[in-house]
Amino acid sequence: MSLIDTPTPRTKAVQPSPGDGTLSVRLRSSLQQLLAFGSLIVLVVLFGSLNPRFLVPSNLSDILLSTVVIGLLALGATFVIITGGIDLSVGTGMSLCSVMTGVVLTYLGMPLWAGVIGGVLMGALIGAVNGFLISVLKIPPFIATLATMLVAQGMALVVSGTKPIYFTSTEGFANLALGKPISGLVVPNAVFIFFGAAVLAGLVLSKTLLGRYTFSIGSNEEATALSGINVRKWKLWIYIAAGAFTGLAGVMIAARLNSAQPGQGTGYELQAIAAVVIGGTSLAGGKGSIVGTVIGALIMSVLTNGLRVISVPQEWQNVAIGVVILVAVYLDMLRRKERTT
Amino acid sequence: MTALLSVHGVGKSFPGVRALHNMQLELRHGEVLALVGENGAGKSTLMKLLSGIYTPDQGTFKLNGQPFVPDNPKHAQELGISIIHQEFNLMPDLTIAHNIFIGREPRRFGLLTERELNRKALALFDRINLRLNPREKVGNLTVAKQQMVEIAKALSHESKVIIMDEPTAALNDAEVATLHHLIRGFISPDTGVIYISHRMDELKQISQRITVIRDGEYVDTVDTAQTSMKEVISLMVGRRISGEQRPSPATVEAATEASSDVVLSVKGLSTKTLLKDVGFELRRGEILGFAGLMGAGRTEVARAIVGADNASFSELKVHGASVAVPNPAAAAKFGIGYLSEDRKHLGLMLERDVKENITLSSLAKNAPGGIINDKALRRTAEVFSQKLRIKTPSVHQLARNLSGGNQQKIVIAKWLVKDCDILIFDEPTRGIDVGAKEEIYKLLDELAASGKAIIMISSELPEILRMSHRIAVMCEGRITGFLGNAEATQENIMELATRRPSVTAPVTAGEMTA
Repeated sequence: MSLIDTPTPRTKAVQPSPGDGTLSVRLRSSLQQLLAFGSLIVLVVLFGSLNPRFLVPSNLSDILLSTVVIGLLALGATFVIITGGIDLSVGTGMSLCSVMTGVVLTYLGMPLWAGVIGGVLMGALIGAVNGFLISVLKIPPFIATLATMLVAQGMALVVSGTKPIYFTSTEGFANLALGKPISGLVVPNAVFIFFGAAVLAGLVLSKTLLGRYTFSIGSNEEATALSGINVRKWKLWIYIAAGAFTGLAGVMIAARLNSAQPGQGTGYELQAIAAVVIGGTSLAGGKGSIVGTVIGALIMSVLTNGLRVISVPQEWQNVAIGVVILVAVYLDMLRRKERTT
Repeated sequence: MTALLSVHGVGKSFPGVRALHNMQLELRHGEVLALVGENGAGKSTLMKLLSGIYTPDQGTFKLNGQPFVPDNPKHAQELGISIIHQEFNLMPDLTIAHNIFIGREPRRFGLLTERELNRKALALFDRINLRLNPREKVGNLTVAKQQMVEIAKALSHESKVIIMDEPTAALNDAEVATLHHLIRGFISPDTGVIYISHRMDELKQISQRITVIRDGEYVDTVDTAQTSMKEVISLMVGRRISGEQRPSPATVEAATEASSDVVLSVKGLSTKTLLKDVGFELRRGEILGFAGLMGAGRTEVARAIVGADNASFSELKVHGASVAVPNPAAAAKFGIGYLSEDRKHLGLMLERDVKENITLSSLAKNAPGGIINDKALRRTAEVFSQKLRIKTPSVHQLARNLSGGNQQKIVIAKWLVKDCDILIFDEPTRGIDVGAKEEIYKLLDELAASGKAIIMISSELPEILRMSHRIAVMCEGRITGFLGNAEATQENIMELATRRPSVTAPVTAGEMTA
């Protein structure tokens, strides 16, 4: 116990140099990410050795492209899950956002940028509704977002008249997702947009008050409130921020399909949550990272793609992903237990 | 000279309870003032008033002569009053620096600057001579270090008054010394500390004066140096002659007679965190009271015996046979029932009816082939609600609609139905009104007379004295003494309950017997 420098002489003081302590603390917190990253590499090597076609650039680019939508949804879900909440409305919310983009671009004939903003704002609005229900009305997140999930699904069908909206009249909308930023490169725009969004999310989570209070609320909501933080207000903003990522996902899926499909979206929320959890974010709140979530989303699409490439029947792919979720969460629990005892 | 902080005639009532009445207190500049009182004397209510969690009904608070009323903990903090609760208000997943500066994060261009934050934290630690790594996560720290973080947080607010609620409850001697060193460093001519503790030896070391409160009222303030701890204890327990009943000597003698069977024998019970070498015997027909202050380990003993928590025994015998009790279900099989202090959460299904509650733990007996025999259950429930005089229109009434006393009876009935002959009652009358308390007492007496062996954990000394044939007193995880009913007084129970085992001989023992 050398907590304090007492003026009285002590036996040869054991004073850890601050540098060492800092490094070990940092290493420990990034262990989970290293672990997830290691599993990702193992999977890639495994599939690559089972079928070399897996490693062909066009296939790798496919994997990245198929990560984009789930990945964007998972970025938003990371914020919500770190607060200890859950958001079931991201899947159908995403459809509503792509329908909104369709309304702005095809029905109103506005320029492309307005369509993008319309989609993202729609997402933020859904987030605001969720945030209001959860932080002001105190409805449990599971119930509140279950309700908005149904509302969003219904609204997407109502607004679109139950039919897909095509973007044939908007020049270049599909390019937003599938165009190549540099000619000759196989990787499409959508992938760069996803990684850009991930960097942004990472910065928000680690460098802004919103991010700090996200962790704080998830760690101990009451203590946060007693520290004088307006928990209600910050929770609302956290859900709005998460919703904006849902909106961006809606825009990207619309651009990729060159149409807004009002009926789709169900099931995406669970895949997004799975990516977040595989990435090491705790459903109990307080712990998580954007890097982890990106790796988690990549693991999901590598698995899906890799199993297809090595000719595992599609019906087995979900079984595999389910097992991966269990393994990831169980390993994380073991690791935590070790540390506390 | 005006006091740093003063409390005049403060009162606070809750529906049906007068928690504080005409409370007074005066904290001088540069002083550590100890605040002592039994459990429920009103210490935490006073703290909650000072931190703005509650608003006083009457009276005034003054800070340097200026009246003030804190609106909430943040406001109190801004006024210069920091309160460190027993339950820390820390975020375990955030780092030390994040916790200390929450709500005041340094930013550059709107973005948080981790480097500046950690620099500020280190500067603070330097100033108060604290050796902590600001980047360490609070959840990885020992309780003692978390305590230091709480104190550093209070100091970073430039507080003038720090109020600590049992700051040493979970600390060892070395850590206590560290804490006291920190407190002495904080004290200056314009600051002061209110130090709430039960540990008499510590009060001697750290405080200049001691304010004693009892039953929500101010009793006295004495100079620490000129007062023996014995005097402090008698001020704490007071002279409560009225209503103090004892079991008749005849019953006590019958119950503790050496010839009656020992039904439960515990030796060398220890847990990793608290209990140390606890041992006792319980006889048929006996009520063994467990007295002690909060956190002394009484509930932990009960939970260990029924296998609810991990613990090691050198011997655990039920009816003379060595047994292993891995979980509460096994305990029930051996006839040991534990009635939790937290009835609402751990003892009852509030949304189910009386019948289901009473018969829950004996369902299997009344379900041949897995099919529940509802008629038999109802009959059982009716028989026992009559036996125990449970006041309910029918056994189909929801448990939540019954009074506290009747809810307690349901829990008792549940264990009687199971044929338990060793019953452990943890605070059996908590939250039960006076009339119903008598009912519960009568019931316990009857149970003991009928041959059940009873352990009764209680924080109310009059209740311990009223009910117990024999009393085991605990302090900090050990049994510090057994008292027969005839020799037991509030004073000698209190002495045993505040005798720190870790420093026994030199300071405390001499002090106590002086």
